[in-house]
Amino acid sequence: MKKDKQKSVLAKEPLFRLSRRAQMVWYKAWLIRAVALCIALILSALLIYAITKMNPFKVYGTMLKGAFGDSLFVKRAGHLSLNRTAWTTLRDVMTLLCISVGLAPAFKMRFWNCGAEGQVLVGGIATAGIMIYFGGTLPTPLLFACMAGASLLAGAVWGLIPALFKAKWNTNETLFTLMMNYIAIQLTSYFVAMWENPYGSNTVGVINRDTKIGWLPNFFSSGANNDFMWNVIIVSALTIAMFIYLKKSKQGYEIAVVGESENTAKYAGINVKKVIIRTMLLSGAVCGLAGFIAVSGSSHTISTATAGGRGFTAIIVAWLSKFNTFVMAFASLLIVFLETGANEIASQYNFNTYASKMVEGIILFFIIGCEFFIQYKVHLRVKRDTKEVAD
Amino acid sequence: MEQSIAVQMQHISKRFGAVQANHQVTLEIKRGEILSLLGENGSGKTTLMNMLAGIYYPDSGEIYVNGQKASIRSPKDALALGIGMIHQHYKLVDVFTAAENIVLGLKESLNKRQIIEKIQSICEKYGFQIDPNQKVYNMSVSEKQTLEIVKVLYRGADILILDEPTAVLTPQEAERLFTVIRNMRDDRKAVVIITHKLQEVLSVSDRVAILRKGEYVGTVKTKEATELSLTEMMVGKKVALDITRTQVKQKQLRLQVENLSCYNQEGIKALDNVSFDIYSGEILGVAGISGCGQKELLETVAGLTPPAEGSTITYYPPREQPPKSLIGLSPKKIRQNGIALSFVPEDRLGMGLVGSMGMSDNMMLKNYGQGRPFFTSSKAPKALAEKIRDELEVVTPGISTPVRRLSGGNVQKVLVGREIAAEPTVLMTAYAVRGLDIHTSYTIYHLLDEQKKKGVAVLYVGEDLDVLLALCDRIMVLCAGQVTGIVDAKSTTKEELGLLMTGQRNDTQELSDTCEQDKGNHLQQQTQQDEQKGEVE
Repeated sequence: MKKDKQKSVLAKEPLFRLSRRAQMVWYKAWLIRAVALCIALILSALLIYAITKMNPFKVYGTMLKGAFGDSLFVKRAGHLSLNRTAWTTLRDVMTLLCISVGLAPAFKMRFWNCGAEGQVLVGGIATAGIMIYFGGTLPTPLLFACMAGASLLAGAVWGLIPALFKAKWNTNETLFTLMMNYIAIQLTSYFVAMWENPYGSNTVGVINRDTKIGWLPNFFSSGANNDFMWNVIIVSALTIAMFIYLKKSKQGYEIAVVGESENTAKYAGINVKKVIIRTMLLSGAVCGLAGFIAVSGSSHTISTATAGGRGFTAIIVAWLSKFNTFVMAFASLLIVFLETGANEIASQYNFNTYASKMVEGIILFFIIGCEFFIQYKVHLRVKRDTKEVAD
Repeated sequence: MEQSIAVQMQHISKRFGAVQANHQVTLEIKRGEILSLLGENGSGKTTLMNMLAGIYYPDSGEIYVNGQKASIRSPKDALALGIGMIHQHYKLVDVFTAAENIVLGLKESLNKRQIIEKIQSICEKYGFQIDPNQKVYNMSVSEKQTLEIVKVLYRGADILILDEPTAVLTPQEAERLFTVIRNMRDDRKAVVIITHKLQEVLSVSDRVAILRKGEYVGTVKTKEATELSLTEMMVGKKVALDITRTQVKQKQLRLQVENLSCYNQEGIKALDNVSFDIYSGEILGVAGISGCGQKELLETVAGLTPPAEGSTITYYPPREQPPKSLIGLSPKKIRQNGIALSFVPEDRLGMGLVGSMGMSDNMMLKNYGQGRPFFTSSKAPKALAEKIRDELEVVTPGISTPVRRLSGGNVQKVLVGREIAAEPTVLMTAYAVRGLDIHTSYTIYHLLDEQKKKGVAVLYVGEDLDVLLALCDRIMVLCAGQVTGIVDAKSTTKEELGLLMTGQRNDTQELSDTCEQDKGNHLQQQTQQDEQKGEVE
């Protein structure tokens, strides 16, 4: 009887099996990514058609329009400028990018800072507080310096607390930073109640609506709308600086070594605790600055929605770009595009928001999932020879 | 004796990414025979056997078990065919007893008494010694190994594969294992031993199959093989198997360790009153079963683990400078004090190097702090990386290729190269040749001897006793964190080291660097010792 069992079990090859690939040539890897994107778009198209019976390509067109407007550039006051929708998209990209850049040093150190949400909020509170209390009294450059400084400091403190506990008692940073978010959210609610304006609205309202004191100004003076160019400048500078810091500086070197192995770091004579604390101060501070950009540079108000989940989205961005700050710019753009696009089709076609979220999810799933096929090869059971799938 | 064929592997190939682990390997395993699978590290021995045990699935090729074509997709399939493998890293549940581990996952309904009876009958048949009710965490390494073997026998395996079974055993324990293996052979089981130790192959096996770089080289009868002929097949060319031991005339005390104790992370005493000296121009070997405090010893001296109170580590710098205490100094402080202490740790990629960085970035691991402020310099490490690559013939696509992608031998060359480039006065190495091919191993031995000639005090923690005996000037033996003896390498024997390793301490022999008194106490071994000497020198 045992023999029979053997026969039936062992007659066939396994249905499929995996093997690790050698280093893949870059164009092949990009081809796989492109194929994945196409499959995602086709699948989403089928889904859209199945649910709404609408032309999926028209829906995709609407997504593009939602993110970038009808034509990317418009003539305004004699010269070419980005249209309003595109500026808004760019603004959102910059805020997300700023948070992602803030996560970069922590993640590079394998310190899973899931507390960006909270760090952004406390940075935002600090900014809003200074706008409200010192709005009329300080000269403009000094006011901006104070706002930025306060947001950096607040974020740094929010990053420091979990770092101290990690360094001293080796607490789990993921849980700790996550819990710090809830404290920050409650803190925000408290300040919103304190700064309520008008009374009874349960919101802070637009701070300095008439004077626009403490608002990041237009860079191109001609624009009637906000052009958000300062956001772009600040965040771009940060992105470049962070890239150089991580790649070329001694501190960046220490971060890489600690992230790779604490034992190696100790062997090299690196003070691991010091590096953890210093890096989280930096990570928190940059996330705090994102709060400044969100408040002073875009919404001009503070609420629990100021961070709006971007502290978590930034984690996806950081992973998608493998902690490379330049790649983060593209990843942020992709995510913001998908989100605004999904919202646009939801409002345009009376789509259920969940349906448009599904489209967003399908695309992200394929983009992240295709990395698997770049790393591994799948062999299906074929008659004689093994054949490659997926490329 | 008539020998039926148990397993035939035909044209087996397996590839991992860029590495061709096995290429068109054909192999026969017979019943009633011990087959040694010999090959250097990375030659694909374990991969080949893992395919038999259902861990990997071959890319191409066929396996026949008992004459029937088999497709082994999982360890369960393998066991159904009677194939059992004892891996290098044991797969046991620590908090379970031996008997519980043996029946773990089996679906048969037997009561405890029946199980124990069955275990005992297996033990009696082959000469195992095992207590079915003992918990695994109370077992020694050799007992755990025995348990693993009994486990697969209990599950009905009659084709046994043992992966480097003697790597963690003392010479005495290995001999006991061989007796058991011979009993299993006489019971017409097929036994495969994966190994790279030639002496073992010659003493225990009937046939030797040799792999080189993933390819099958050939099979020879052990009776017709010699150490040299096997090496030649293994390496593919003639290799001079001699280790030079230069005698340095002028020796100076360089490092004095007294009453050194330390506790490991679990709070258990890992070192217990260890005292020894190292002189410039000598290699002090450290022998012992793994996990007897070797790691802690080196890490305490290097400033990575704090020593317990009452320990002293004194460094005597060359050129008559005043001695310095190393107690309480971090690795950085040691360097800042001008003490050139180099350390090649056991865990190369987890401690000595940063796997994701290239050679160049790894060069500055210990001195990245020097040079211009804030930014790291890139020129000096690059130049050093290139120098080491050329001098030690490191095979790498480029000096910025992550060192993790290099082969084990090349990784070690990078690490040893960097540590030697720091011009040390004390050089500590832990298992410096573990996992390296023969050629690279001899390169390392040669480099260490060169360092000795330059007047460096070398502390060499090793596992191959033959190498320790040939390379070192003195050998210190550790057992459970204690020094059980410091003997002269030229006059001691493997057997004596084996006894010291199991803690049969000779108290009359204090910290002398000869073992005159010791010889008297081991009259029995005297004759063996003389024979051994003839072979070594």
